[in-house]
Formats: sequence, C-alpha cells, structure tokens
Amino acid sequence: MDRFVFLTFDGLSKGAVLAAFALALVLIWRAARIVNFAQGAMAVAAAYAGYSVTTATGSYWLGFGAALVGGLLIGMVVERAVMRFVDHSSPLSEVIVALGLVLVMQAVLGMVYGNEFLPAGTPFSRNALSVGEVPLLSRYDLFVFGAVLLVLLGLALLFTRTSVGLRMRASAFAPEVSRLLGVNVGGMLTLGWALASAVGALAAMLVIPTELGLHPHAMDLVFVSAFTAAVVGGLDSPPGAVVGGLTVGLILSYVSGYLGSDVTPMAVLVLLLAVLLVRPGGLFSSTVARQA
Amino acid sequence: MSEQTVSPAAAAPAPRRAGLLPGLFGRSTLLRHLILAVLAGVLLFLLTQQLDPFRNFQLATVAAYLCATAGLTLLVGMNGQLSLGHGALMAVGAYTVALAQNALAERGITGNQVLPLSLALGVLVTMVAGAVIGLAAARLRGPYLAGVTLAVAVAVPAATVTFDETFNSEQGLSVAVEPPPLSLGLYFPNERWQAWVALTGALLTMLLLANLVRSRVGRNLRAVRDDEVAARLAGIHVGRTQVLAFVVSAASAGLGGGLMALLAQSVSPGAFSLTLSLFLLMAVVIGGLGSLSGAVWGALLLVALPDLTHDSAQWVSLSPAVAQRLEGNLPLAVFGLTLIVVMIAAPGGVQGLLRRIGARVRRRAPAR
Amino acid sequence: MTADDVILQVRGLTAGYGAAPVLQEVDLTVRAGTIAAVLGANGAGKTTLLRTLSGLVRPSGGEIVYGGQPLRDVPVEQLVRRGMAHVPEGRGVVAELTVDENLRLGGLWRRDREDAGKALAEVYELFEPLAQRRRSAGHQLSGGERQMLALGRALVARPKLLLLDEPSLGLAPRVIAQIMALLRHLRDSTGLTVLLVEQNVRSALSVADEAVVMSLGRIVTATSADRLRDDEELRHAYLGF
Repeated sequence: MDRFVFLTFDGLSKGAVLAAFALALVLIWRAARIVNFAQGAMAVAAAYAGYSVTTATGSYWLGFGAALVGGLLIGMVVERAVMRFVDHSSPLSEVIVALGLVLVMQAVLGMVYGNEFLPAGTPFSRNALSVGEVPLLSRYDLFVFGAVLLVLLGLALLFTRTSVGLRMRASAFAPEVSRLLGVNVGGMLTLGWALASAVGALAAMLVIPTELGLHPHAMDLVFVSAFTAAVVGGLDSPPGAVVGGLTVGLILSYVSGYLGSDVTPMAVLVLLLAVLLVRPGGLFSSTVARQA
Repeated sequence: MSEQTVSPAAAAPAPRRAGLLPGLFGRSTLLRHLILAVLAGVLLFLLTQQLDPFRNFQLATVAAYLCATAGLTLLVGMNGQLSLGHGALMAVGAYTVALAQNALAERGITGNQVLPLSLALGVLVTMVAGAVIGLAAARLRGPYLAGVTLAVAVAVPAATVTFDETFNSEQGLSVAVEPPPLSLGLYFPNERWQAWVALTGALLTMLLLANLVRSRVGRNLRAVRDDEVAARLAGIHVGRTQVLAFVVSAASAGLGGGLMALLAQSVSPGAFSLTLSLFLLMAVVIGGLGSLSGAVWGALLLVALPDLTHDSAQWVSLSPAVAQRLEGNLPLAVFGLTLIVVMIAAPGGVQGLLRRIGARVRRRAPAR
Repeated sequence: MTADDVILQVRGLTAGYGAAPVLQEVDLTVRAGTIAAVLGANGAGKTTLLRTLSGLVRPSGGEIVYGGQPLRDVPVEQLVRRGMAHVPEGRGVVAELTVDENLRLGGLWRRDREDAGKALAEVYELFEPLAQRRRSAGHQLSGGERQMLALGRALVARPKLLLLDEPSLGLAPRVIAQIMALLRHLRDSTGLTVLLVEQNVRSALSVADEAVVMSLGRIVTATSADRLRDDEELRHAYLGF
C-alpha cells in the first residue's frame, strides 16, 4: 500500500511535467495544425542553454531563466526560419521537416556538449518528505507542481483575459478573417511557437534532473509520452492535455514501479494505440479530427 | 543497380500501358524488369570482383539499406503513409535472423539452405509485425500515424531489455554465420560473399517492388495516396490497400534488417535506434519519394555520407576529442539540414532533380 | 467630404487563382458616401473582386487607388487601419469566440482605446439582440444575428469604406430589409461608403446609388441604380428579368 501511494504521487509529479509538455504540443497544434515533432529536441536545446548559464554563473535560477528565454527564442526562430516555408498542403512535409530539425539540433548539441549524460542539478532536495511513515512528495515535486500550475494559470489568463490572447485564438480559428480585422496573424503564429517552445523548455528543465541527466536524446521518450498524453486529451483541448498528462504519468509510474522501467516505452505504445483505436477523438474532445 | 527499371513508370501517375497489361505481373513489364535485374546483377557481379574487401562490405551495406529504403519509398512515396518506425522493423528482421541462425547452428544444421531459411523467417516475422502496425495505421492519418510509428521506434529497442533472456539486453546477440561455401575456394574473401548475398536480396526486392508498382495493386496504392474518397468511389478497398502497403514495406525492411545482422554478425538495440528510423525516412526523402530509384540514391547516401564527413573531418586537423564529437554528429547535422532544404526547396529529391535535368537536356537536343 | 470625392478607383484590374484569370480588366469608380452595388450571376467574379480589393487575392495586373493612394503590396491587415473593412463571404463570424470577443476583435488594432470602447458601445446600441447575447458563442447565433455581428464587428473599426459580400444570403426578407435600411442609415448619418456585392438584385437596388453588373470576370455595365431599376430593357439585358 505504501508503495502504491508513493507511486501515485510520483506519477502525479511526472504527469505534471507531461501535462506541460503535452500542453506545448496542443498550443502549436491549435495555432498551426502542426504536431511539432521537433519539440523534444527544441526543449533539450533550451535546457542545454540553461546548463551553460548555470555552469558559468553557478546559479540554478539564472540557468532556469536562460532555458525559458532560450525556449522562446528557439520557438521563434524555428517558426520564422523554417516552418513558415514548409508546404502545408500535406501533413507529411511538416512532420518530415520537423524530424530534420530534430536531427540537426541533436547533432549540433552533440558536437558542442558531447553525447554523454551531463549531470543536471535541482534547486530543491529530491528526498521525499514523509507523512507519518509514508514517504509522499519531495520538495522538488512540490516545485514541479507549483511551476506547472503557474504556467497553466498564466496561459489560461493570457488566452481568456488579454487582447493578445484573443488575437492568438482568433488567428488560430480564422486566420483570414483575423487578417481582415487587422490582426497580424503571422506574428501571432510566431508568438504561439515561441510560447509553446518555452513551455516545452520548462518541462525539459523539470523532468531532466529526475531522469538520467542532460543528453541530446533526453526528451525522446518524454516526447512520445507527451504526444500520447495530448492524444488522450484530444490534441485540441488544453484542459484535455493536462488531464491526459496526469493520466499518462500515473499509468507510466505504476507500470515502471510494478513491472520495471524498461517496460514503459511499450506501455506508451500500447496506451497510444488503445486510445487511438478505441476512442479516436480523444477522451475529452467531441471532434473527429483524426483524419486530418 | 536497377534504377532504370522503374523511373518512367513512377514518373507518370498511371502507367500508360496499364490497360494492355492486366493482372499482377504484366508479362512484358516483368520481362523487361527481369532483363534489367539480370543485367544489373551481372554488372554488380563483375564489380565485386574488382572491389577491395572494404568497398565490397560497403556495397553489401548499401544493398541491405536498399531493401529497407525501397520498402519505405513504396509506403511513403506511393501510398502516402508516413512511418517513423522502419528502423524498428529492421530490428525485428535482424533479431529474427540472428535467433534463427544461432538456433540452426546449435542444432548443427549447416549448408546452403540455412541463409535463405533464416532470411525468409526474418521477412515473415517482420511481415506479421508490419500487418499489426498496418492495421492500426489504416485507421490513422498524418501526425497520428507518425506518432504511433514513432512510439514503435522507441518501444522495440526497449523490448530487447525487457525480454533480455532472449535478446540479451543492450549487449545484443552475436550471429553465427558460416564462412563462404567451400566450393568457392578456400581463400574466397568473406566480404565479396557478403556482397553477393546482400545484392541478391536487394535485386530480388527491387524486382518484386518494381513489378508491384507497375501492377494494378500499385495503381491502387497511388490512388489511395492521391485521394482516398475518390479511390473508395472507384471501388478500391482503402483500408486493405493501406495494410497491404505496410506489410510489403515491412517485409522489405525485415529483409534489410536480416541482411544487416548477417553483415555485422551481431545485433544490438543501439544499431536500430530511433535515429536509424529517422535516417531511413530522410534517405528516401532526399533520394526522391516519386520512384523506387530514389531509394537507390537514399541507400547510397546512407553509406556514403558518414564516410564523406569522416574523411573531410580528417582533412582539418582537430584535437582527438573534437574529432570524436564531430565524427558521430556531423553526418547527422548534414543529413538533417539536407532533409529540410530538400523538403522546402526540392520536394522531388535527387531523383526528381535528375529527371528535371534530363528533361531539360532532352528538350535542348530534340531527337530527330 | 463631398459626395463627389472618389474614394475607390480601380483600373484594368486582372486577378485570379493559378493560371486562369477570374477578373479581367475591371474598371470601377466608387464615390465617397454612396452605396455601390455589384451585381451578377454566380461565378461572375464578384467575390474575387472584393477579395482582390482587400488584398486577399494578389492582382496580376491593373491598379487600385484607395483614398487617393495606390494600394500596392499593402498587407491585408493594414487596410483596416486605413478605413477599409471587408465583411467576407459567409460573414466570417469566428464560431469559437463569443459575440463580445468577435466584436472586440474588430477594434483591437486601434490605438485610441477610448474611442474603440465607444464604438463598441455604439454597436451594441445599434444591434440590440447582440447586447443580449454577449456571452454566446458565434456558432450559437442565428443567420440574422451572425450578419449583425459581422456588420457590427466591421463598424467597430469606424470604416470609411465597407466591402460587403452577400449580406442577404440565407436571411428572411424581413431581416434583409432591416439590413438594407441600416446601410442606408449609415450612409446618410456617417457618410459611410459601401461596396455591396449581392445576388439579391431587388434588395441591392433598393438601397444602392450606383450599380455595376459583372459577367465572366468583366464589368458589362455601370450605371445609376435608379436607371437599372427602372429601365426594363436594360434590366432585361443584363440581369435577365
């Protein structure tokens, strides 16, 4: 029973990160109807930028900030310099170009930093605090929850309460009409990519210290899990991404806790297939967009 | 190689002589493809006599890759289904061949029938795997299919750890391969023998796929790619066609993987990582998705580019540490960059460029 | 502004999608403070004319002079800042946004936030039903309410020239009459210029000052609306009734 409780909290903490990463995928999907397969590599690149700053200054927080800013910039550059020029008539080309970006970014990171795992520090202890005899959450887990919650609230406010958010939503839903109404749709698209990329960078900063460390491929499996989470949530729905992330986090925590961590990739595959085949619209979406 | 076999066919959306050639293997097309395959075979046979062992090994590797890239071209180029998991399918073929070879060797079964038997087994098992993925794939589109196949690419190497009693985890398995038959002589170079085996497999694959592409089945594949609704209205069973494409494509990848296992005489999950899957996709895109000939360019590229970047890295004198970092990563960066540029600037790939250049030359010098 | 000021001058405008031109050598003059009706059958090029004027379709030839200045390579999103508002075919109500969000969207570009707020309030005054449905999503509205929303959203920008694509489509005659009356009211009270594309010829001619008839991408006649309405021979020749 103790183990189950521990795995539950651990899963929720993992799930929070997956939720953030899935949310980043959903942001770009909503803005551009693209599943950004390069998001893992983009997030890792931002995390490396953070690592460099932390190593140079000795401050975790400066590195943390640098990673988020780096994420924003990477998202902007990727949209402006690459994605804007891709032929959007076939979803194939977008995916393939994103994969090209993955190869380039991972290779450049490997050249600059090497293909070894680099240690990634945490600002708080990862030792679980116990309630009674049961170890529940570490201070770091609390930090993760807080950071993800803050981002969720911030995005929710941005999209529902600000005029920039209104512009972004309008651009996504009706680009042509938005242009006629004076909205800079291209700029909103860039902003969407930048925001999503920053959220992805945050997720990478949060998850990498809990895994093997910083590595060009550190987010590969996280990406697949987050994609699954986004699909569970319906790709179109930000709340769905959050619920999907927590669900997938819990399932993966139980699987790796009871069956072994090497089973998780297969569990992700089975889960993804099950959701896509049984409930093609996602669990939280009423649209039938899978045939896009 | 047999690149001439199919390029005209794939250039046109529907083969011009299709109406005259009913059935799966139109007689004259088959004959033409056969002649070209035999010609290519003879040329390659002569080539292997000339090459040194290292080049022969490279040639064998190209041939093994060609099986996989040709299968992937059929799937992505002819049928419009994206797979990021063909590296994993190669792994299925490779591990099956490895286990089969070792099992046969343990039982003391030797001789000429061993290689075809284990390769056939590898193809068969991969076909089953391809059918399973294909069944799911037929219900999915675009990014969803990409996501599922990506999950496959990540999950299959991990499975070797889960079932480590069979697959021996990260270390992988060594593959028992017999030396070249004694009838070839005592000192026959092993690499030349490997090249023969791999080239036979590749030529066979190209021959079968080229005929498939020119057949009614091939037309159905393209019809489904171009417009599913129209294909359905024309009486084509869309789902079945997509599953078929996946099975055929998987079989080719399985053969390629099996040949890889024989060449390396070992299999390990590291050799069939997600990166390999991305490499294969990138190779067929750069080679040109429009025709099977593009797969040849892709396979050549997969072997040549790492080699080229390795050589060029040696021209510039670098510290060993830097050189080591560059060596693994430079080809990746070049590949990725090329992929992006090709997708944005020249979606036809190498084969498309060649065809355009060819057309321009022909226009300038009209035959009289 | 006198009624004789020309607000929009089009010369030799040619445009299309791909190789085939949809507009061929279109000439058009619209005076400020008038309602000009563009009539013609389906596929005559009326919608493409509006889309070319607002920059959604790139012209392959000819010239558009708006407010005395040629429009060449002016981005679509800049035109609303110059007082040109386009209510597109199908109205362009963003179904996922609420009525209030749709309306606010029309004025987001304005620097003068105070006046933007005033314009919004005026639109709510003008369209009573919208005020009652502020929080409803666009897709919950009736056809008439959508047309009001689309018009209102354009008016929030306080335009000088309104490009209106088939406002009557799918609406009851009573609602159409209301909309036409509103256009007349806006012209008379604020000096708004309207370029009105319509298939509903009678309704359009009931408010229009000038009328042009398009056929196969060309303007086949340009005359006063009164003349087109009253001259049976002319009407018969160009409009078929």
